Amino acid sequence: MLRILAAGAIGLVFGSGIAISGMANPAKVLNFFDIFGTWDPSLAFVMAAALAVTAIGYRFVLKRPRPLLEPKFHVPGNRKLDMPLIAGSAAFGIGWGITGFCPGGAIPALGLGEPSAWIFVGSMLAGIAAARTLRIALEQRAAQNT
Amino acid sequence: MTTDFTPISALGGGALIGLAAVALMAFHGRIAGMTGIMTGLLPPIAADWGWRAAFLLGAIGAPMLMVFAGGQAVGFDSPVPAPWLIVGGLIVGIGVYFGSGCTSGHGVCGIARLSPRSLAATLTFMAAAVATVFVVRHVLGGL
Repeated sequence: MLRILAAGAIGLVFGSGIAISGMANPAKVLNFFDIFGTWDPSLAFVMAAALAVTAIGYRFVLKRPRPLLEPKFHVPGNRKLDMPLIAGSAAFGIGWGITGFCPGGAIPALGLGEPSAWIFVGSMLAGIAAARTLRIALEQRAAQNT
Repeated sequence: MTTDFTPISALGGGALIGLAAVALMAFHGRIAGMTGIMTGLLPPIAADWGWRAAFLLGAIGAPMLMVFAGGQAVGFDSPVPAPWLIVGGLIVGIGVYFGSGCTSGHGVCGIARLSPRSLAATLTFMAAAVATVFVVRHVLGGL
């Protein structure tokens, strides 16, 4: 129960940060990318502050033997660059540039009751589900062939 | 359409995002990446769906509370027509799944722990987004 309550409270802090910073506002995000047009550099400040706090905080947290509410840390160990990472990230960037929504910005935007956020999130979830189904099917086929 | 340069709220909001990332690692031992957290809530649903759902509800609830509490207006303007939101949403979903993360997971948490994969992913999606906006606005003349 404590895990659930803590996660909810941390989600509230995350969502507040997104809303206050302007990351939930597609017009502002698109203007950040429009360097040669109506450029708004605000989001560079969002990233800089978020990164500074996280980098310093992680240094202390990851030195501990385990998290406060769970038996162990779940930190990805893969350090290899591969095609799915780069191609997937390029696709994400194209979609972000078309819409101005990224997952972390769009989920809190749902709370504003804006139809555009709901349309985007519905479509994004369909995209994740389709990609996941495809990967699971491919892995099962590969397993059968060995 | 222009938007105001807002460095103070950008720094304050960014610091809160960082605080949430540090807290989720300290309490749950998890990366605060929206893609990873969300994916565990789609079928096949992860066994540890409880904290994921709670984090998501908190994230959605925060701007709601800010609006209901009044005073605090949350800026929002989506200049993109619905068909493009659907196309873009699908591309983002497929992209973040195969790319193993988005702005929060790679751009904040991953770079903060000096992951080469996250650095490569972030440079790639930032460059792709800048190029896409350039093509949409200055070559095609808008959507």
